[in-house]
Amino acid sequence: MTAPLAVFFVLAALAVIGAVNLILQKHPIHSALSLIVVMVALAGLYLLMGAEFVAAVQIIVYGGAIMVLFVLVIMLLNAGIEEHTSISKLAGVPGLLLVAALAGFIAATIARSTDVVQAAQQTGDMSSTKGISNMLFRDFVYPFELTSFLILVAIMGAVVLAQREKS
Amino acid sequence: MSSFLSSNAELIITLVKIVLLLFIVLTVNAYLTWFERKVVAHIQSRWGPHRVGPHGLLQPLADGVKFLFKEDPTPAGVDKFVFYLAPLLALALAMTSIAIIPFGPDPIHLFGHDIYLGIAPPDLNIGILALFAITALGVYGIALAGWSSNSKYPLLGGLRSSAQMISYELALTMSVVGVLLMAGSFNLRDIINAQAHHPELGILGWNVWPQILGFICFFIAAIAETNRAPFDLPEAESELVAGFHTEYASFKFAMFFIAEYTSMITVSCLCSIMFFGGWLSPFPASWTFTHYVPSAILISFGLWVIWDGIRYETVFGKIILPAAGTAITALGAVFISFPDINAFIQAPFWLLSKIFIFLFVYVWMRGTLPRFRYDQLMAFGWKLLLPVSIVNVVLTSFAILAKMQWGAK
Repeated sequence: MTAPLAVFFVLAALAVIGAVNLILQKHPIHSALSLIVVMVALAGLYLLMGAEFVAAVQIIVYGGAIMVLFVLVIMLLNAGIEEHTSISKLAGVPGLLLVAALAGFIAATIARSTDVVQAAQQTGDMSSTKGISNMLFRDFVYPFELTSFLILVAIMGAVVLAQREKS
Repeated sequence: MSSFLSSNAELIITLVKIVLLLFIVLTVNAYLTWFERKVVAHIQSRWGPHRVGPHGLLQPLADGVKFLFKEDPTPAGVDKFVFYLAPLLALALAMTSIAIIPFGPDPIHLFGHDIYLGIAPPDLNIGILALFAITALGVYGIALAGWSSNSKYPLLGGLRSSAQMISYELALTMSVVGVLLMAGSFNLRDIINAQAHHPELGILGWNVWPQILGFICFFIAAIAETNRAPFDLPEAESELVAGFHTEYASFKFAMFFIAEYTSMITVSCLCSIMFFGGWLSPFPASWTFTHYVPSAILISFGLWVIWDGIRYETVFGKIILPAAGTAITALGAVFISFPDINAFIQAPFWLLSKIFIFLFVYVWMRGTLPRFRYDQLMAFGWKLLLPVSIVNVVLTSFAILAKMQWGAK
């Protein structure tokens, strides 16, 4: 086993354990912490693929900014241990079926593909900062600017909604 | 054995570097507390620590022993896992961030390997981004410590620090964009080399002149990010007892302390690298006689320590201080007599001096400025720092564009 493969398995295991733990934990803060572990493990996987910029941005945006907001909100609301209700049968049976179908689909895809490791090296042009900025600001500049505009509108909408009515 | 050594040489060198850097950073941290107490004391017309050892120089050692042997109670009702995780997280992230800093341009040739100063490989293309990523995670140490303590003051401190760090991280990131635009790279080495385009200008070629707005924003935001005075609201002792670390004692408290001082060192490194030319000398390259500045400073400092030691009251000081002074003077003499070594230490010397100056500014600000009020802090960050740093980005972009269009070259 080569060193990158070993690192891959460690990070993948971390991501999976974190994701499962996120659901199993009873306390919101512990769930949020598990989610941070997943984000950071994913960033490590990106780094392993040579996508340095994406890895750093993953940690800065998801691991840092967004999850800090999650934690801040949980702390502000002082959310306690959640109460678990028993899963309704209606949601349980189709849910299990869907999980089985999804797992089967993914397993089939992995089994059929012959070059799983190759996929890691196809990032080539996209991995470097230069490659990404060329794509964002040259090839796809209009969709990118439109998305930014959409997000700006959404932010302004959130501000308007959150504002208290002036009496 | 030798085949094992040669096949894993990179790994072993990195491990040795990590151990060395940890040792150096921890020692510097310890003496930074001494330095801070001394400087703040003199600002306030006091003596500061002066009982333990000559000039109180053994005070950090005494403090360290005290931290290790104090009782370490875990308060009732804390979330144990998070309570223990928080200080570990704070310390580990602070220590990781310093691994990215390069401390010198040239490698040392040793056993057939090029050993660079600094742990990260010299071609780390996301240098500054990696640093921001680690800083972004650093807030968890403080926020979680405040939450898990199950106590009202720490919770308030943790909330304050999360809000403060989110607010100032934006300004921090925006303020370096100007530097990145000028260098065209995230790599810290490239950023320094971009400031060396005009070696005849010396100090005038550094980023701080064209990026003065960016530097001011960066330094203020960085002080807020490290939770230091005047932005130390998360631990404001007059309001929150001790803020987020109220419930921590013994070595867990020391870990927060070390983390804070390590972040101070990282920020000082970043300021010197991004705005003050990193390891570049402030003098024009043609002034070769300035190569003797490190030796001159070392020798005069060593002689002063000897002179000070001879006059010292206690017998212990009379032995220790002159011995240390002799060692420092000898080091300066070695640099003069071996031109190769002297050429090599120029870059690390200038970088370390700049870091030292920034650490002094840090302490100086703590000794002089009163703490912000919470609403002032938020208004300052959102209404002043962020707009100014955005203006800086726009101005820099236009300047670079204008230079590309009509620039003389």
